[in-house]
This record gives sequence, structure tokens and C-alpha cells, in this order.
Amino acid sequence: MASAHSRMKCGEFRTTYQQDTTIFPTPLARRVAIGSVLFLLIAPSFLNPYFLNLGIQIGYYGIAALGLNIVLGFTGQISLGHAAFFGFGAFASAWLNNTTGIPVFFCIPLAGAMTMALGLIVGIPAGRIKGLYLAIATFASQFILEDFFARADWFTGGSYGAMANPFALFGFAFDNDQRYFYVVLFYVVVMFLLGANLLRSRDGRAFIAVRDHYLSAEIMGINLTKYRILSFGISSFYAGIGGALFGHYLGFVSAEGFTLLLSIQFLGMVIIGGLGSVMGSLFGTAFMVLLPELMEAGVGLIGHNAPGLTQALAYIKEMAIGLAIILFLIFEPDGLAHRWKMIKAYWKLYPFSY
Amino acid sequence: MAETPSLLQVSDISLSFGGVHALTDVSFSVNPGEIFSIIGPNGAGKTSMLNCISGRYQPNKGSIVFKQQELIGLRPNDRCTLGIGRTFQNLALFAHMTVLDNIMVGRHHLLKNNFLSGSLYWLGGARKEELTHRAEVENIIDFLEIAHIRKSIAGTLSYGLRKRVELARAVALRPDMILLDEPMAGMNLEEKEDMARYIIDLNEEWGMTVVMIEHDMGVVMDISHRVMVLDFGKKIASGLPDEVMAHPQVRKAYLGEDDEPSEPATESQLSGEVA
Repeated sequence: MASAHSRMKCGEFRTTYQQDTTIFPTPLARRVAIGSVLFLLIAPSFLNPYFLNLGIQIGYYGIAALGLNIVLGFTGQISLGHAAFFGFGAFASAWLNNTTGIPVFFCIPLAGAMTMALGLIVGIPAGRIKGLYLAIATFASQFILEDFFARADWFTGGSYGAMANPFALFGFAFDNDQRYFYVVLFYVVVMFLLGANLLRSRDGRAFIAVRDHYLSAEIMGINLTKYRILSFGISSFYAGIGGALFGHYLGFVSAEGFTLLLSIQFLGMVIIGGLGSVMGSLFGTAFMVLLPELMEAGVGLIGHNAPGLTQALAYIKEMAIGLAIILFLIFEPDGLAHRWKMIKAYWKLYPFSY
Repeated sequence: MAETPSLLQVSDISLSFGGVHALTDVSFSVNPGEIFSIIGPNGAGKTSMLNCISGRYQPNKGSIVFKQQELIGLRPNDRCTLGIGRTFQNLALFAHMTVLDNIMVGRHHLLKNNFLSGSLYWLGGARKEELTHRAEVENIIDFLEIAHIRKSIAGTLSYGLRKRVELARAVALRPDMILLDEPMAGMNLEEKEDMARYIIDLNEEWGMTVVMIEHDMGVVMDISHRVMVLDFGKKIASGLPDEVMAHPQVRKAYLGEDDEPSEPATESQLSGEVA
């Protein structure tokens, strides 16, 4: 009995560096993540299309938000043109598929690569300028791309927009919410794993180093210009993948969807989720997508007592998002990811708070 | 000494900011394997000199040759790849990273994985490479006795520990020459003794040439092989520590004496608060 006790472990013991560099800090966290994915795999069989639709939205916006988090949260560079990259990915994938006939399955990563190339070009100013000036430069790229979407008929269909074929694999079309949910889930898992890996390897550390102290990063052998531009490129890659998934989900891509407002919403997702947190990007996106729906449900519940509320619903939704961002900036500037850490720490230490 | 080529050859470096002459025609050389200290009153141009070597500043004229290669015109990151590491006077750690990641950044130029192979981690051999370098970093962590804080966020550490992490990060570069800007500023006696021991070990066991700025004369006199004194951006003396200390101009710069003292200053006098 005594010997059995002496062999019992108390806490996590890591005996190799490999165990010490995993994506998930504890085996429990990994099991929870795998469990969530398994749950989502069976979710389409019992969730109604309304919830699946929300899940799909969280998926493709979440991938793009992770991209924005890489450039803003990890590299510390503001980008106000993220929606334009998201849109470019959507148009690029539809265009590739419509003009060359390459299956949608390959068009999505190719659209990501095209958006990355664009991001590398648009990111060139980032090698030179910082802060507010960079914000204005990316702001400009947002408007240039918006204008491009409206005028480049050959690429986007101009003001008519472009048709995007459904995602298909071996003749099997993922053309309804139940099926498309799996496509988005696959991409979310892959992109978030890629993101987490990037940020625990050489170039990811270089990004964070550039953010935290660019002068000493340079002394540590990091080429600032290269990494500032590369960060924009990688961020655009994620935006492009998210946009392509968006396009093939809706089946139709129109230039009106990718305005500055969406760019600001991406900013909101990243700030609410937590700057510099991979999973925070997904939390923040879920928050931003679900909050208006919750508002709608809430208004629906009490609406018959206050008919004025139902009419004001559109404004309530907008204001709720604005209010949420303000409240987060004041009370939880590190975002949901940080709040989640605090909750975990609380349970770990309970009932002693130290 | 004359036969062995010097590791670093600084010739006629001048640097000015507007009308302020931070450095005027400074020349010196550092031999491989030595501990070379630069001393001088505040504002003498010591840190400017290090910044010229590491690439933060571009001097107005002069040349800096490291391992037979001209450094002027090279970017700081290229100089790092050539084998120059440094620490900063005002701490310049990556404040939101863990100590471990801070030191791993130092391995940047030695690592080969890029954003593609890094993202694929398990597939492209990036994991194996990261773990190999992790083992190297752990050697440095052991050497500098910071194992207990390896997972702490660098910005939350005490001043003395942060200085040590900064040294660890510079050592992780595996430089041939390490530039230390006031490694002992703000430390208590015990921390200073530790730091002096680390510097000597780096020099003797790890084979690094050390160029150091330090105000604590006791330490400088004890561990340096050679010393150079700057005052108002000009080199006023260089040589063995004892020679330099006996130099009248040095004594004047430090003690502000107009007249020669009647008896030579003892080391204890000089090791007082000279800053």
C-alpha cells in the first residue's frame, strides 16, 4: 500500500523536452480539445441548421481572425484591411474554380496562397512604417481592394458578383449546412494546428520578438523588414482561406460584404478573444458571432411586452457589439483567453487564492 | 600579441548627433580571447561605441573590422550572424515571452526551420531541430542558474534575474564576441560576484571574447585583461588595468582633480562610486 502511494504522481511530470513543448499544456487540455472536435463531428446529426450555420460562420471568421491575430497580436502591427484580404480569398477561389476548372478542394489553399502573395505586396510598407502610419497604409489598401472588387469584372464579376461552386470531393458535393460543417471543421482544425505550430517554432518566436522589442530582436539576428512583411503575408493566407470557405459556403460572392466594417469586426474578434492568443481568436469570433444572436433571442423572449424593442433590434445588435468591445477594453483587455486562464487558475488553487 | 590578428579592429570612428560629438576618432583593437573593458564617466560615448559595433548606429566615419570583415554598412542582424552578441544597458528582454522563449530567440540564426516547416512542425523535421536547440538552451540555463524561472514571463522577473536572462539570450547566439553593456548595474554585491564569475567562465570555458562596459572599478580591474578609457567621446588611455588607473588624465576624468594628488590613489579609492 505504502509503495503504491509512493509511486503515485501528484501533478504533471515531464521527463523529455518533447513533453515540455506540446501545443496543449496538459494532457487534460489535449483531451478536452480532442473531445470537443469529436463532439463537433457528431454535432450535425442532431443540431438544427440554424446552429450549424452559426458554427460554420464561427469557423471561417475564426480562421481569418487567427490570421489577424498573427499580424496584430503576435507581431504587433495594426491592419485595418483584413476584410479586403478575406474578400480577395473568396473571389480568388471562385475565380480559379470558374476559369480553370480546378476542383474547389484545391482552389481553397491556392486562393490562400494568392492572398498571401497579395499580402506580401501590401505588407511592404510595413517594413518601413509603424503605428498610426501603418494603420493608415492598411486602411488605404482596404479601399483600393474594395474599389478593385467593384471594377475588376474579369476577376470578381464587378457589381454583379461572382458565383462560387459548392465544395465537392470525388463527386460528392458538400452543398448543405450538415455537410459543409465538416469542411469548415476540417479547415479550422488544420489551420489552428498550423498556427499553434508556427508560434512555437522559429519564425513565430521571431514575430513575438519583433512585437516585444524590435531593436533587440534585430540584434538577435532577426531581419525586421523580412519578418514584418512575412507576418502580413501569413496573416493574409489565413484570411484568404477563411474567405474562400465563406465564398463556397454562400455560393455567391459580392463585393459589398468586405467593407471596413468587417475589418473592424475582425479587430473586435481579436481584441475580445485576446491579442496574442491562438485559441482566443476562436473564442472572440464565437463571441462576436453569437452576441447578436443572443440579443435577438433575448428580444424575442421579452418582445411581446415591449414591441418597440423588436423594431430597434438592428440597432441593439450593433450597439451590443460596440458596448462589448468597450467593456472588454476596460475590464479584460487581455481578452477571453486570459479570463479563461484565470478561471482555470482559480479552480486549481481553490479554496486558497494564492 | 602583435602576430595574432585582432578579432575586432576599430579605426578612427567618429559619430555625431547634430552638433554633439558622441565619438571622435576612436581607435582600438580587441584580441581574440580577452576581456576588454571600456570605462569612462557618464556620457563619455561608451554605449555609443557598442552601438556602432553592433549596428544600432552608423558612424560618420571610420571603419570597424571584425574577423577580417568590414562591418560598416551591414545590418545589425547580419552582424549577429557573423558572431557578435550583446546585452543592453536598459533591459531589452521580450517582456511577454517566457524566459525559455527569450533564450530560444537567441538561437534564431542557428535554426533552419522557417514558417512553412515550422507550421508543419511534426512533418518537416522542425520538431527535432527545436528539441536539439532546446537541449543547448538548457545548458545555458544550467550554467547561468536560472532553471527555476525558465517558464516565468520575462517581464515579471526581478532586475537581477532579468539581467541574467539577457546574458543567457546573448550567450545562446553562440557569439565569438559578446558585448556587455553594464552587466552589473544596479546589482548587489552578491549578484555582482555571480555575474563576474559568469563573465570569466564565458571567457575561459566558452571561449568568448568579451567587450564590457562597466562602472564598478573593482570588477573592471579584477577581471579585465585590457581597459580603454573614453571621456567626452575621445579615447584618453588604454592598456593594462593598472597602467590605465595610474594615467593622470584618467584620474582627472574620474575624480575631477585639477591638481595632481600628493600620493597615488589606492585601488579602494578608485573603486568607490565613480559613476
